[in-house]
Amino acid sequence: MSKSKTVFIGENRSFWERNRRSEGYLLKRKTKQIIISIARALLMFGLCFMIIQPMLIRFSTGFMEEKDLYDSTIVLVPRHLTLDNYRIVADLTGLPKSMLNTLWVSLLVSVLQIISCTLVAYGFARYEFPLKKFWFACVVMLIVVPPQTIQTALYMNFVNFDIFGIFKALTHKTVNLRTSIVPYALMSLTCMGLKNGLYIYMLRQYFKGVPTSLEEAAYIDGCGTMHTFTKIMLPDAMPTIASCFLFSFVWQWTDIFYARNFLTFLDPNKVYADQLSSIVSRMSRYFAKDVGQAVVVPVGRQQQLISIGVLICCIPLIILYCFTQKTFVQSLAMSGSKE
Amino acid sequence: MKKRSTSLNEHWYSPAVEAVQSYIPGNSVYKTMRAKAARTGTLFILPFIIGFLVFMAKPMVESFIMAFNKVELIAGQGYEQTPVGLDNFNTALRVDAEYNKFLVEEIGQMVINTIATLVISFVVAVILNQEFKGRTLCRAIFFLPVILSSGVLPGIEHQNEFYDMMAGTAEALEGSGVDLSAVLQDLLQVSGVGSKVFDVVFQMIDSIYDIVMASGIQIIVFLSGLQSISPSMYEAAEVEGCSGWESFWKITFPMVSSLLLVNTIYTIIDFFMKNDNKVMERINEVMYKDFNFGVSSAMSWIYFGVALAFIGISAFIISRAVKSYE
Repeated sequence: MSKSKTVFIGENRSFWERNRRSEGYLLKRKTKQIIISIARALLMFGLCFMIIQPMLIRFSTGFMEEKDLYDSTIVLVPRHLTLDNYRIVADLTGLPKSMLNTLWVSLLVSVLQIISCTLVAYGFARYEFPLKKFWFACVVMLIVVPPQTIQTALYMNFVNFDIFGIFKALTHKTVNLRTSIVPYALMSLTCMGLKNGLYIYMLRQYFKGVPTSLEEAAYIDGCGTMHTFTKIMLPDAMPTIASCFLFSFVWQWTDIFYARNFLTFLDPNKVYADQLSSIVSRMSRYFAKDVGQAVVVPVGRQQQLISIGVLICCIPLIILYCFTQKTFVQSLAMSGSKE
Repeated sequence: MKKRSTSLNEHWYSPAVEAVQSYIPGNSVYKTMRAKAARTGTLFILPFIIGFLVFMAKPMVESFIMAFNKVELIAGQGYEQTPVGLDNFNTALRVDAEYNKFLVEEIGQMVINTIATLVISFVVAVILNQEFKGRTLCRAIFFLPVILSSGVLPGIEHQNEFYDMMAGTAEALEGSGVDLSAVLQDLLQVSGVGSKVFDVVFQMIDSIYDIVMASGIQIIVFLSGLQSISPSMYEAAEVEGCSGWESFWKITFPMVSSLLLVNTIYTIIDFFMKNDNKVMERINEVMYKDFNFGVSSAMSWIYFGVALAFIGISAFIISRAVKSYE
């Protein structure tokens, strides 16, 4: 930036003249710059291509008829165009019901998670209270402990849900909460959802970076704690909160761990990610129904259908990402730098 | 702690007493500003406290107990436990044919992947921090894996036999099925250069797709660190006659190295929690197919212990290494 404003001595002279005067330094420097930029362009192009390429392949194979798959002269452009594959995958994964399920579950869960995480993060960033270090260590633990470790016990807990034996005393029976959204909503509301430790950490990092003078001014003017939080802190924190929300939404969208454990009540129209993960096992049954006898689905065909499934899963997210790319990246960058 | 040392009547337990007093009305501490702040703060993190105790601490303790018990399901009644000591761990490590093998495989893979991810994400972050045409587009694409490699997606992507098959056909057609990395590998091995080292390098190269897909967040974190370095530092270095290479090692690297730890930990955790992880699959199998909750708990605890050990070791090494720069 600053270089463009600088006036070079002898700017109006030719390149070679200047090069001669600098004893070959200019040429050397220029060559180096060009080589570096070419290498950079190649590397960037290669890596970017590598990230996008599977998506492109999925897109193109999605329109191929089955015979095109085995024709080795066809690489990317399908010869026999068809939309049949999409119809089959839609049937296999229970669209549009499963997508709607995914949508409302993800929305609900991520809203709940972000509300509670914001509150908790603010508490950690601004207040001194007993055992603060201990609780923060627990947040770190939440990030570190894989949920799979406690999967078994959690599963048991919700099958026989009880709060300190109250239900059992009243009705002689524990409540099976696995038949509703309640367990997962409860977990989300108490910051125990997918990667919630990370959101608390990010938001806390953000809140710590905001100068306290703003709040102090508000307190002096007679603003209460909650009022200060909602009127002064929240509006400024919106970009960070939005990015956490996006992360939460996207990760919830593709998650199968929590979906398998807590969202089984949506059966048979489960969430889309879960449907997708078991698509292969349903495939042969589906094709058998058409033909009337047992069918072995060839690997190529299987993969084609899976890749369409992945594509359908990704498209809403990619569209979302295109519109919110700035939000996604910016605020995470902010929270990272204040380490 | 240090602030409180000024107060009178100092006992070793007085901070604890004060802490308790700030929650209970009717004493001198309750009305102080600090006690009020403590109450408000606790109120703010109350959801977390409840959640942690009910959905994290309790299941953790239970699953820890389960790991030492034989668990039997009873319909409508929950489950029954009979203590078996270390039997479950024994089953997991010695009897189970696959778990052991998978665990070792995953750990080896993890070490390689973590190093590769750190290197790649750092290089990419440095490049994305430079000025060039199409930088915004490149950034957008590099962060795409944050979406594309989450949840189910990488697990399914892994079964890419179909694409391998297609690639195989294409190669057969061309007649010269040259696998560049295989040829290079052969050459280097013939020339007798430390083949073990090259094996690792080639393993990295072969799995570069997975590595790039897993490094979205790490790139963002490094990038944020790079952007927080003030440009005047580079200017000063340039005036003093520092070359670009030198200023990279003397300014960029030390400034970002504090983020190295964050990224390492994140990468390790991310790797351990992936859905296409063979160990995870095995644990799920034992749990949902065999209904052997005791063994599955033991397996996940071993796994978690290993993960924690690796995080600890890398944290130790990196914090040492980073300190030497300061």
